[in-house]
Order: sequence, then structure tokens, then C-alpha cells
Amino acid sequence: MTDEKNTQIPDAQAIAEGAEVTKQMVEDYKANAIDMDKMWITMGPQHPFSHGLWTLKICADGEIVTDADPIVGYLHRGWEKEVENRTYPKIIPMADRLCYAASMTYTHLYCMTCEKALGIDIPEKTKYIRIVADEINRLQSHLMWMAAVGTDLGNYTAFLWCSREREYWMDMNVRLCGARSTTNYPRIGGVRNDVFDIDCDLPNEEDHSRFMRDLIRCCDHFDKALWDIIYLIDNNSTFVSRMVGNGIITREQCANLGITGPAARGTGVDYDARRDDPYDNYDKVDFDVPVIKTGDSYSRYMVRVEEMFQSTRIIRQAVQKIKALGRNAPYRLKVPANIPAGRTFCKLEDPRGESMMYLVSDGTDRPYRLKVRSPIFVNVSSSKALLEGCRIADVPVIMAMIDMCLGETDR
Amino acid sequence: MDLTVREYQEGWESEIKSKLESQFSGKLTVTKTETRRVYAQVDRSVSKAVCQYLHDELSFEHCATVIGVDLGEAEQKMQVVYHIDNYTLYKGVVVELTVDVPYDDLHIETVSDIWGGANWHERETWELFGIVFDNHPRLERLLTPDTYEFFPFRKSYKLRGSQ
Repeated sequence: MTDEKNTQIPDAQAIAEGAEVTKQMVEDYKANAIDMDKMWITMGPQHPFSHGLWTLKICADGEIVTDADPIVGYLHRGWEKEVENRTYPKIIPMADRLCYAASMTYTHLYCMTCEKALGIDIPEKTKYIRIVADEINRLQSHLMWMAAVGTDLGNYTAFLWCSREREYWMDMNVRLCGARSTTNYPRIGGVRNDVFDIDCDLPNEEDHSRFMRDLIRCCDHFDKALWDIIYLIDNNSTFVSRMVGNGIITREQCANLGITGPAARGTGVDYDARRDDPYDNYDKVDFDVPVIKTGDSYSRYMVRVEEMFQSTRIIRQAVQKIKALGRNAPYRLKVPANIPAGRTFCKLEDPRGESMMYLVSDGTDRPYRLKVRSPIFVNVSSSKALLEGCRIADVPVIMAMIDMCLGETDR
Repeated sequence: MDLTVREYQEGWESEIKSKLESQFSGKLTVTKTETRRVYAQVDRSVSKAVCQYLHDELSFEHCATVIGVDLGEAEQKMQVVYHIDNYTLYKGVVVELTVDVPYDDLHIETVSDIWGGANWHERETWELFGIVFDNHPRLERLLTPDTYEFFPFRKSYKLRGSQ
């Protein structure tokens, strides 16, 4: 027995209506399905890639990242407000706490700003000592970054080797100022102690520059050791293929978004404050500024590696200049406690980018307003431009190339 | 925008000074020039136009900071300070623009559509000082919790133990 309904042939109008309904259904489904594919994923605040407390929310369409929204502020201490309550010398140890990986640059920047506001010129030797201290910090900061990149990309040996090399520079830090990371070394008008006579009570004149002798040895050792790390990373196709060709932004985008430092120089922005806006005695030492125009993660890695070689080059020259100036040259000036009313800003090339301080002084012994421009605060705000179109698996690599430091980001 | 890279020459500061002052006569005063530094006081009505001019005509590509300064009850005003860098045409020169914003009308035009890097700086200045950046794409709290109903960096907000 056959069912009449099933055998009945529908008329043309019914077919057309049915087709219309089906088409509409498919379109609705497609529209909804695309919305359902998109998903916000929260990475952090406790996440292996984040290197500190911050959250990265990414919008993923399948495997592709379409939007990113970084959330910072977990470490906000109100640094800029806190310092308004303190006298100028008491802010020096606080400036150390802005960035734990390269504390010297921030203290240096703070002291430089105060000196500029006071209108004093610090002794020649101090300028070179500060260059040495800055470059030691740049090296250890870059090595810490390289170690972190190693763990992010699954190359644990790179982490161990970089940490080992970093210890030599940490030891130099300890000998110079007695602390590993929060150094508290520069002072307004100079530095805390001379580089001569460090841990030395021997009568022999040669021994008084032991620290500098060891610094040069460190440079000699490091120039070779860095090649080992480069071979380890660049000869590893897995490591390289994860960095090449992702996180690409153009030079114009990079300048517009305010990205600075090695991340910008890896995109073709030919600017380094040490060369183009020289402070202290950076115009009297000879060094190159590496610039790569590719603009991907690998070029940012290459820029940092090359910067490390340049740092040892700067240290060697600065040590020679310090030795030429001799033991008896002054290294610190006495400065007044009150800074005259006015406005001053200074900027400096931090290992992570361009950091800047803006001081409004009112003639008392406390700042009226002190603003810190943190390079990472701006670099991380451009996450969307960096991450758009990449795969979820590439997110840790791209964000690692910013070299996150939350102390300065949140202040 | 002209992106020809030039190395620093003396006299760039006065060149920028005369260009700015002739373009915005009466509304902009260059208060001081130093090596690679130009300091200017700008009227609020032209602040955006000055930024646009610096970006389009003089190739200032990078906005380093947007800073809020509270001048307190006595002066009855706040200030917004911009630091704008050049990478190419006037390489290494920084222009500092200071704009006065009175207490009774804490509004200023956003520059985040000219320089994307100013976006978070403006958000931060708003949340800490309460200066509203008109037409900002997303004026939300960034560093402090969303529940804050005050602006902690104002001078009227006293810290414990402050003098």
C-alpha cells in the first residue's frame, strides 16, 4: 500500500516557497554559526606566557585571532602619586622598583631628570660609569628575555644557558653596587661609589681597577658564549619557524602605535635615543644601531641579539675612558635638596624601549608631579595590531617579543 | 607625510618654532627652545589642529606621552602635556605641547585617531585625573578597579601622611 502524500508531486509554487525558506535557513545558520565560532579566550593573569600578572583576552575565530584586548593594572601601586609624598633622594630606591629586570635605567633616568632640573653637569667619569651600569643592565635584561623566550618556545636549554650567562652580569652588578636586581646605585649628582677600589684593600696600584679588569673578562667570555646560544637557537628549525613570518606590522603602523625600542627597530624604525638624542656620554662612544625592516618576531629577536654585542662594545670603550680619567677624578657632586620650580623632561633608551620622566617641581624638596612613560605600557596596548590574523599557538611567541615587565607597565 | 630621513642640524628648533607660530598665530606660543626640544603653550581650541599639523606636515610620527597635571585649587585648572617625537624629517626632535584645561570644563579633544599610541595614555589620564577626552573610542578604566568613583591623582585626593 502506498502513501498518497509521499507520491504526490508538489506544484511549482510550493517548490519555490520551500527553496526560499531553505535558503533563509541556511543564511541564518551561517550568520549564527560564524558568531558561534568566535570565542573570547582569556589568557592570564596566571599563565605561563604572561611573565607577570596581566591578562590577554583574545577573540578567536577557529584557530585565527581576530581581536585582542590586554588587561593590565594588577600591579598598580600609584607610584606617581606616592612619590609626591617623598623627598627627592628617597625616590631613588622607589625608581628601582619600576622595573626589576633593568632597574638601573630607571634610577639613572630619575637622577638625570633631577640633575637637568637643577641645571648641574655631572662629572665626566660618572657619565661613563652610568653607561657601564646601564649596559650591564641591558645585557642582563636581554638575557632574561632570551631565557623567557626559550621556555615559551619549548627550548629549555636556551633558558638554562641564558640564565648561566646572566649570572656573570649579575655578579658584576653585585660587585658594583652590592645588589642583584634592585641596585639603588645612581645618585642625584653622581653615583653611590666609584668603580675603583671595589672589594680591594691591596697596596698594588693595578689591583685598584680589578672590577674593570673582570668586566672586560666578562665581555670577552660573553662574546663567545653568546654565539653558542645563537647557534643553539638559530640552528633549530622548530625554534626559527615559530618566529619567522608572524606578528608582522609595518614601519608606519609601528611608529603610529607608539611601539619603541628593539620591537620598533625590528620593524624598520631607525631610531635609538642613545644615538639620535644622546644623553650622558653616549655620543662619545662608538656603536651601531641594528635595524631590520622585516617586521616579524624573528627580526625583533635578531635586533636584541645584535644589541647585546653592541653593549659589550660600549662597555669596553667606557672602561677605557674611565681608566684614562683615573682614580682621582670626582664621581659625585653635592646637590641641593630643593629643586627650583619648573618643568623638566628627560628620556632614555631602556632595554625595552623609550622611557621618559616628566618632572613638575615647585621649589620644595618634593616633586609636585612626576610622570613616568613606560615603553611596555604602550607596546602592550598595540597587541591587537600585532596579533590580528595570527594563530593561537603564535600568541606566546609574538607577545614574548614585547618583553613584558609589569612593574613599569602598571606603576 | 614626508618620510625622508635627515640627520640633526642646528636651527631645526627655530624652523619648527616659526612654522608653528605662523600657522597658529595667537593660539600657540613657543615658550622655550633647546637642542632638539621645542616647548609650546597651546590654546585648547586648536590643540587637535596643532597635533594634526605636526603629524601631517612636519612628519611627527610618534606620540610619546599624554600627561595630566593638576595645578590645584589656587589655579583652578589642569594641564595636558603632549610629547611628540620625530623619526625622520626632524630626527630626534621632541615637541612638548602644554594645554590648559579649566576645572569647570575638563574636556579636550582626543588625538588617539592621529596617533594610536596616545590611546592608552588618554585613558590613563582620564581615569587618574578625570580629564575627559572627547571622541575617544573607549574611555574606560585601565589601571584602577572599575568600582572607583574618584580620581586618585588629583591634588584634592590626599595621601595618608602627606604634608
